[in-house]
Amino acid sequence: MPDTAIDLQNTVGAQPKMSIRDVHVRYGETHAVKGINLDLYQDNVTALIGPSGCGKSTLLRCLNRMNDTIVDCSVEGSILLDGEDIYAKEIDVVQLRARVGMVFQKPNPFPKSVYDNVAYGPRIHGLATDRDALDEIVEASLEKAGLWHEVKDRLDHLGTTLSGGQQQRLCIARAIAVNPEVILMDEPCSSLDPIATARVEALIDELSGHYAIVIVTHSMQQAARVSQKTVFFHLGEMIEYGDTTQIFTAPRQERTRDYITGRFG
Amino acid sequence: MNQHILRTYDDELMEVRSVVVRMGGLAAEQLADSMQALRELDLDLAEKTRQADKKLDALEVQAENTVIGVFARRAPVADDLREVVSALKITTMIERMGDYAKNIARRSIAIAEGKGVVLMPPLLDDMATHAHEMIQDVMDAYVKRGADEAIAVWERDEHLDNMYNAAYRQILARMMEAPEQIGVWSHYLMIAKNLERIGDQATNVAEQVHYAIMGEFLEEARQKRDRTSAEVFEGH
Repeated sequence: MPDTAIDLQNTVGAQPKMSIRDVHVRYGETHAVKGINLDLYQDNVTALIGPSGCGKSTLLRCLNRMNDTIVDCSVEGSILLDGEDIYAKEIDVVQLRARVGMVFQKPNPFPKSVYDNVAYGPRIHGLATDRDALDEIVEASLEKAGLWHEVKDRLDHLGTTLSGGQQQRLCIARAIAVNPEVILMDEPCSSLDPIATARVEALIDELSGHYAIVIVTHSMQQAARVSQKTVFFHLGEMIEYGDTTQIFTAPRQERTRDYITGRFG
Repeated sequence: MNQHILRTYDDELMEVRSVVVRMGGLAAEQLADSMQALRELDLDLAEKTRQADKKLDALEVQAENTVIGVFARRAPVADDLREVVSALKITTMIERMGDYAKNIARRSIAIAEGKGVVLMPPLLDDMATHAHEMIQDVMDAYVKRGADEAIAVWERDEHLDNMYNAAYRQILARMMEAPEQIGVWSHYLMIAKNLERIGDQATNVAEQVHYAIMGEFLEEARQKRDRTSAEVFEGH
């Protein structure tokens, strides 16, 4: 049984930013996510861990409806953002993805300048009235992403010419630029070296508290380093949910223990 | 518990466990030898016991190095993390037990070489037997991963504390009766204290064993029955 009751006790009084209720995801005949109930909080970084194929990335992609584009994918149950069902008919998916931003495994800057990469979102969402306002948003976003000082003199260079770590932080700046409330990260450091990884993790620390952050990672140590809550998935089920320190010192479930300690299970 | 996918990780943890168990066995042996030396005023055995403490010190260093290696290479979590952290603390505790046994051996030499030999009060033998059993039982709990057995050892410390209080009063009475023997009785008093401290260390080991197995601390503070400091204070 998932350990949700314990977490609900720990977060009494706090309103969840997102609530996942009895969510099932199927790809055709494959039942990838099975009846997940989970609350995500504004002040927390939540790490989703588990072996490949456990459903963690599938669930992550449901949180801003990235699975909509997959033809045979069906999502049941409800996912609420500030109490509002994100799968409701009246929801504008473009607006939703501005509120729930995403950073992918491989840095994927647009083949445009550094400036335009960050300015793209604010432009299409009409967040800036003039060029000065747009400049401010771009600078503030790059600053928050810890990239401003590295790129301020080459804003007109192609984003794709930056190093891998810088590209990933550019993607984070791009997500931040449209004032998201939730940031989803799908293995954001898997293609980065340890120094670039440390920079992205430091950035996650900086951003935590301002945004609800959900990170999928295969690195146990990364989950332990950056998150306050950890969720362990196995075969589409949520096996355990708890404070990260508790999960990594005294997991309650044997399957969690076997996975994080690298045992046969 | 299932094996690690990396077998060398299991080997390293096995080495840590093996050092802890060897240390526990040596500490128990040192205690038994030091008490025999005291009982029989055997200077050779006392000296041998003092020297044996070096083995414990060396094993503690070996355990430390192995555990540091595990931290550096494996970044242990969950049960593995608790196991190596506990091992690090347990080896320090066992090393302290060895120090207390060494101190008993040293005092037995002083008593044997002193003027007017006074035989050991039998209560000290009872205390030593109890402390020895606590060491053996806590090491059994460690090997078998028995949380209940660890709690049982933890609970038995109270009895040793009571024995210490009785020994303290008895020795104090002897000091008053025969002030000329106060030197030798002081040694016996300190030996009683050493035995009581060995029990405390075995209790601490029990707490660590429980933590390593269960992942939770034995929070409840143990009611210490050591009332001797209050008596000294009141009777000054």
